[in-house]
Amino acid sequence: MFSNRKTSVIMSSPYLAWALIFIIVPIGMIFYYGLTDTTGAFTFKNIAAIAQPEHAKALWLAVELAVISTLICFLLAYPLGMILARNKMSSEGILTTLIILPMWMNFLLRTLSWVTLLENRGVLNSILGALHLPQLHIINTPAAIVVGMVYDFLPFMILPIYNSLAKIDDEVINAAQDLGANKFQTLWRVILPLSAPGIISGVTMVFIPSLTTFAISSMLGGSKILLIGNVIEQEFTLTYDWHLGSGLSLILMIFIVINMVVSMLSDQKED
Amino acid sequence: MKKELIQLQHISKSFGGNQVLDDLNLSIHENSFVTLLGPSGCGKTTILRIIGGFEHPDEGKVIFDGQDITGMAPNKRQLNTVFQKYALFTHMDVAENIAFGLKIKNKPSSYIKDKIKYALKLVNLEGFEHRMPNSLSGGQQQRVAIARAIVNEPKVLLLDEPLGALDLKLRQDMQYELIRLKNELGITFVYVTHDQEEALTMSDHIVVMNQGYIQQEGSPEKIYNEPENAFVADFIGDSNIIHATMVRDKLVNILGTNFECVDTGFGENNPVDVVIRPEDIELVPRGKGTLPAVVTGVIFKGVHYEMDVEAGGYEWLVHSTRLNEVGSEVDISVDPFNIQVMNKPESEDEEALSVEDA
Repeated sequence: MFSNRKTSVIMSSPYLAWALIFIIVPIGMIFYYGLTDTTGAFTFKNIAAIAQPEHAKALWLAVELAVISTLICFLLAYPLGMILARNKMSSEGILTTLIILPMWMNFLLRTLSWVTLLENRGVLNSILGALHLPQLHIINTPAAIVVGMVYDFLPFMILPIYNSLAKIDDEVINAAQDLGANKFQTLWRVILPLSAPGIISGVTMVFIPSLTTFAISSMLGGSKILLIGNVIEQEFTLTYDWHLGSGLSLILMIFIVINMVVSMLSDQKED
Repeated sequence: MKKELIQLQHISKSFGGNQVLDDLNLSIHENSFVTLLGPSGCGKTTILRIIGGFEHPDEGKVIFDGQDITGMAPNKRQLNTVFQKYALFTHMDVAENIAFGLKIKNKPSSYIKDKIKYALKLVNLEGFEHRMPNSLSGGQQQRVAIARAIVNEPKVLLLDEPLGALDLKLRQDMQYELIRLKNELGITFVYVTHDQEEALTMSDHIVVMNQGYIQQEGSPEKIYNEPENAFVADFIGDSNIIHATMVRDKLVNILGTNFECVDTGFGENNPVDVVIRPEDIELVPRGKGTLPAVVTGVIFKGVHYEMDVEAGGYEWLVHSTRLNEVGSEVDISVDPFNIQVMNKPESEDEEALSVEDA
């Protein structure tokens, strides 16, 4: 329909304009702020600031919690994906209801509800108290942040894993068993490698938002626990040091680029 | 008589209320090439999957080499399967695919290397070790699937319509290769197909199935020349299946004309079906044959002419290398030996089972 080049340029121009204004320009501005000081002179100071103990600590904690959350999401999502993909029981419907429905609610609201659940006099501790079990002090700890991350980002792990598992032909699994593989060997040597593309995109889609979040950590971590996302947020909203905030953002971008390169390389291997 | 390697005893299987197999009994002899032949939905693939362990029968037993393996998991059975759509591991190269079963069994790597080389040579894919399955043609993928199965030295190789997705020329080449493989390996092949020509070409023993029941089993020659019922006659090759009356032993009345035949034991004046293969009908000049006929249509098929001939109120199918123009008035003549008399199905029920749904 839009065979000639001119038409396709015209048709895509709204998106190109959108991408320019809302993607290219902001990234350019972050680079500009990150690599200059208040006088506008070029400097690496803002990037080197990551070496300051409080920044390094926030980055390390963010990486740590993002890795833990991603791992937990994977361990929860993979078996669920297997069950849904193997049973083929109107799984689309179940997926929508169980996994996508919670995403209809506002992200901040969902996170906030965990505050009510986890706080010291919250729902969880009331139940434990009624059962005469010891109280849990989870709120304002890294554990609460991990719970929030897992809850918020789990669907992004399930969907790509489910998709890649559903694509595996039953006969391929039968073939593995036919050749002598037991259930574990079939999982390890056939199912897991064949679902690698789904695992990689799931990991990417959970790891990156977990690494950069500041909303979950400020709500569930109180003000004491600072992740790199919170540090950057504060530079912009409290100290108004856009140069330092941008410089730290660039550091975070390095992680994201590494993650994308890894997933691109594995995509190429697939072909 | 060779040893019975696999026995299916009173096997019944239904899927969601749909009875696929009903009290089926089948013996498969060692070192034979057995083909399960029938239209789709006749239960042939289900039998193969029950032997392979991918389906479990509702009732009945599977005996393998004297041992009851009905409940045994597929990975414990001494047989391997070549799947219809190859089912290769797309994340592994050809050599890794072939090595899969051997690695599972912890064979030494030098042994595995030799086996890969041997198997690739056997299926004419030398030098393909490091190609990925997706870069191979359908025929090559099928060869890899066969190589992957046979390196495990199974006693039985199960093949589920393995040539179904290949084009005609390749399919014919692969048929000869499979026969050669079977002879070189000296193992039992159980082959599933709906292609009667494939079955006749390759098998030692054909089991013709329809709607979950075995219609007839025997050598290809026997199945083709002496079909036991109208279904078998119709399914295996082209044929003229005509209602007739057995006048007495060795004389049958077809469409009002008496024909000599060689069959006996059908009683006197009993209704029967006769099968006459199109290539067994001779068209001779008027007055020299048994039944007067008029040619109503001719199609050139390459090897022979396919002619429609009207005689005694029936449209006969005739194959001949000699052309008779449309409108020629001729006689039909059939060698008594080429008239195959069959019992009519005794009940409507049996008829339903034996006549293919058109």
